[in-house]
Amino acid sequence: MKHIQTLETRNLCESAKNGGCGECQTSCQSACKTSCGIANQQCENT
Amino acid sequence: MIHRYKLGGMNIVLDICSGSVHLVDEVAYDMIGLFEAESREAITAAMLEKYGDREDVTEADVNECYEQIEELRDAGKLFTPDTFEPMAGALKAKSANVVKALCLHVAHTCNLNCSYCFASQGKYHGDRALMSFEVGKQALDFLLEHSGTRHNLEVDFFGGEPLMNFDVVKQLVAYARSREKECGKHFRFTLTTNGVLIDDDVIDFANREMSNVVLSLDGRKEVHDRYRVDYAGNGSWDRIVPKFQKLVKARGNKAYYMRGTFTHANPDFLKDIQQMLDLGFTELSMEPVVCAPGDPSALTDEDRVIVMEQYEKLAELMLERRRAGKPFTFYHYMIDLTGGPCIYKRISGCGSGTEYMAVTPWGDLYPCHQFVGDEKFRLGDVWTGVTNTEIQADFASCNVYAHPECRDCWARLYCSGGCAANAYHATGSVRGVYKEGCELFKKRMECAIMLEASKALDNNA
Repeated sequence: MKHIQTLETRNLCESAKNGGCGECQTSCQSACKTSCGIANQQCENT
Repeated sequence: MIHRYKLGGMNIVLDICSGSVHLVDEVAYDMIGLFEAESREAITAAMLEKYGDREDVTEADVNECYEQIEELRDAGKLFTPDTFEPMAGALKAKSANVVKALCLHVAHTCNLNCSYCFASQGKYHGDRALMSFEVGKQALDFLLEHSGTRHNLEVDFFGGEPLMNFDVVKQLVAYARSREKECGKHFRFTLTTNGVLIDDDVIDFANREMSNVVLSLDGRKEVHDRYRVDYAGNGSWDRIVPKFQKLVKARGNKAYYMRGTFTHANPDFLKDIQQMLDLGFTELSMEPVVCAPGDPSALTDEDRVIVMEQYEKLAELMLERRRAGKPFTFYHYMIDLTGGPCIYKRISGCGSGTEYMAVTPWGDLYPCHQFVGDEKFRLGDVWTGVTNTEIQADFASCNVYAHPECRDCWARLYCSGGCAANAYHATGSVRGVYKEGCELFKKRMECAIMLEASKALDNNA
């Protein structure tokens, strides 16, 4: 019996090797200007 | 570190440092909770005692579950240690002196007189002013000169009410476009407006040039008109809603957000979301008011209980409408599990004071729009650049590990330590923590991840 279903996600440890390009959008510019959420952003270099 | 929670009929386990998301059954949910503190024998005994009346939970089954947990741990998808602190300053160090985003305050004045406005009716506690083309042009030149190898540059036209200086906005966009090719850059413009001055000319321009428009609407007419009034005290809802509808209809598939604020007057903000949907808007952002605790619009502890419930009901509504083929977007529930930000971004935060700055109508630079008007945060100006290196260094070193309270928080790699301005206004330090905001943020993340998990289940069904 499979007790655990793992969803497909971006591996953060892997992203340490190839992330950091800095091209992603500044979160606060996106919509709300008061309570930004970095997690609501998308990588622009996937 | 892991975080377990139950929502939407699902048992969800987050592995914070790998970013993994697991959907688990009751047995696995309990076993994962005990895994780090108890021995295998003790966990097995506890499970058999708790689920002894269930035929499908046998000792062999519990053992199998234990092995699945071990496999995930060994694969780096459960109980992943936090090894990121040494790279906390890496992104900012790598991009030192690189600026890629400006909030252009083209108008420190407004045609509305909203009492809850963080910018003191657009004046930012100073004089009324409009930015000249010359100052704006210098700001764009400053951005181009300091943008390093960045290709995407972002400029938000902000205020006050930016459409009170619409001619300059148009001139600045034309100037920026004229420099794109020679500089190898791409400008993404956004416009934040209260809607009063929207006409056909604005609609054509915004829908041609703006990557995103942010339209201020608080939802229900009586809620909106409580705060969003003109200087004669008249509400603005009747004037702006038809204009917003016309702009959005003409906008096609280009991005926009209806951006509302909920306050002590409407912690039941789901009714305002519903109102926006009834008006035909589907891209929504509804945010808690940010103000001093004693302010009449401030959320109380009782309000926050209601807000937390509303967030869950909002997630249920989104799920229901998506399954009915009538989806809508809520900004803070947008989360891309496979294409979200890298660890550098998650550690380093929004970039305020380093790669993101606000420019006043006089050309002064501030760490972001929420610090404008507070002289001690003035960084410099668009002619001489950053001269207050002490303040900039403070922001450069502001990352998730700079907040002691965040070290044991499961949400730290989703919020990146939170908003520096909110922290400063709540605690007097950009390294502080705006605790009331944290609780709401965590609830939003739980709901957002639940929605993504349900999407994955629906796709696999």
